[in-house]
Amino acid sequence: MNGTIAIQAQELTRIFGSFTAVNRITLDVHGGEIFGFLGANGAGKTTAMRMFTGLLAPSSGTARVAGHDVYTKSEAIKRSIGYMSQKFSLYEDLTIRENIRLYGGVYGLRAQEIRSRSEEMLSRLGMEASADLQVRSLPLGWRQKLSFSVALLHRPQIVFLDEPTGGVDPITRRQFWEMIYQTAAAGTTVLVTTHYMDEAEYCDRISIMVAGKIGAMGTPAELKQHYAADSMDEVFVRLVRPTNGEAA
Amino acid sequence: MNALRGLLQKEWRHIMRDRRTLAVIILMPVVQVILFGFAIRTDVRDIRLVVVDPTPDHVTLEIRHRLEATDAFHTVAVLPNSEKLDGLFQRGQAEEAVVFEPQFASRLERGLPARVDVIADATEPNTGSTRQNYAMAVIRQYQQEQGEPAPGVQISAQLRTRFDPTAESSHLFVPGLMAFVLTIISALMTAISLTREKETGTMEALLVSPLRPWQIIIGKVLPYLAIGFVSVVLVIIEARIVFEVPLRGSVVLLLLEGLLYILVSLSLGMLISSRTSSQRVAMMGAMIGTMLPTMLLSGFIFPIESMPTVLQGVSNVIPAKWFVTIARSIMLKGIGLSYLWQETLILCGMAAALLVLSTRSFHTRLE
Repeated sequence: MNGTIAIQAQELTRIFGSFTAVNRITLDVHGGEIFGFLGANGAGKTTAMRMFTGLLAPSSGTARVAGHDVYTKSEAIKRSIGYMSQKFSLYEDLTIRENIRLYGGVYGLRAQEIRSRSEEMLSRLGMEASADLQVRSLPLGWRQKLSFSVALLHRPQIVFLDEPTGGVDPITRRQFWEMIYQTAAAGTTVLVTTHYMDEAEYCDRISIMVAGKIGAMGTPAELKQHYAADSMDEVFVRLVRPTNGEAA
Repeated sequence: MNALRGLLQKEWRHIMRDRRTLAVIILMPVVQVILFGFAIRTDVRDIRLVVVDPTPDHVTLEIRHRLEATDAFHTVAVLPNSEKLDGLFQRGQAEEAVVFEPQFASRLERGLPARVDVIADATEPNTGSTRQNYAMAVIRQYQQEQGEPAPGVQISAQLRTRFDPTAESSHLFVPGLMAFVLTIISALMTAISLTREKETGTMEALLVSPLRPWQIIIGKVLPYLAIGFVSVVLVIIEARIVFEVPLRGSVVLLLLEGLLYILVSLSLGMLISSRTSSQRVAMMGAMIGTMLPTMLLSGFIFPIESMPTVLQGVSNVIPAKWFVTIARSIMLKGIGLSYLWQETLILCGMAAALLVLSTRSFHTRLE
């Protein structure tokens, strides 16, 4: 953590028709922090994340991402963030190298930068030998790691990870979290949504969303203490069940 | 610029790596033109003709000879009376009959009415009347050449009048087919490729990037414009070689107009796909939204002049109508831009409007 504020949201709200997906959330995410976004399916995590990334306009409230206002400076925001969506975001019929080159170009990197960064990335991931294979032939774990690395290619200040480890085996998940730690240690803010409560423990701070609102926020230790629970699992269940019994 | 080049490269790789789809896009127009070109014919050939001529004389023989001399007829039987005629029609051995009155020539010479009946199998009404018209045209021409009016030869004055002097229906259809085929591939391909990116999630990655909507749109339009252009060239070559459709006007103009029309169709495909996020819906939308209007309302098969006024009005918003007019005019009439600038301008306007609309609806936000 480096004392700056990466994301600042105040009373941020998004309404779809008669459904309030995100209901007046207020939070600060510090620079270099690993911030976990938890919640049941449909609790509003992805909607909130989409507002931060500029994919979705807020209905009301304010938010600043990397110091830029989400209403007026979405172009500046887009240049300073990386995003890994819930769906896989690489092109399956392109090779690893072609995907890297494409996204490098999309983010305005020079050919020289793309070349050096992709070589560095490939050796870090141990994928040099597979660089010219089409992505469709890679196992899911590889793809997710690659996807994450590509989201970091332009060295963003903040990276958003929407359920990055869904469906991935435990070993790859562990490796993935090592990558997240390295990223945060290098000063990049990480905002990650997840369903896995053990992963919540890895975060510096977490917020648990319940029906569009922030039900609880703090470090994992604080939350466990507050709810007198042994694990994040218990915290989550206690928080979600009383208000949202049928959906939990 | 680097970004745009990357996008174009990426799209090109998608197309080139999907060989099967590529083959379909390139070959479909060629095959369709052949199928439609041969299947849709309004002119009739090799009509099985039965002549009933009780008393052959120089007039009936001359008319029979002239009927036989056209491509349209071949005489399957000459009968002395009409008794067997019904049976022949029922068995399909006769498609048309020309029945002369007895003493045909001598009645004419004596100034009496001489009757000739032209009977056609009208199971398909249009074909039936076309067959009748052919025979009548031959008889009438004979009559005119005789110089003197032969009042009794009862012939209605219906004649097929077509611009096309050779009356080849493929000449009229091929330009229309070009429009039809180009619409389908252009609209369908862009619609599918855009919605595929939405389905796989890569569209989200592009939208969250600093790319501008117009860059994403151009990255999609240009590659398919190139492919569409290849199809136009192939179809024109095919039209020349297989159907011997004349190309009386400027080839360059025709190609440019073709390119413009592809742009319109592509933009339409894009607009359709901006309204949906599933490939299946986009495919149906592109099919129904472009194929049917192009087929029914462009004048490709059914002449616009004979539609109800309301439909004539509707046909004005169908891009294919304008392109069909342009393509026919260039190929068959050989006229240039000085006559076609209005149609061209309308297509330009449609392209601009559709592109702006689809860029708008794309506008950086997902929902």
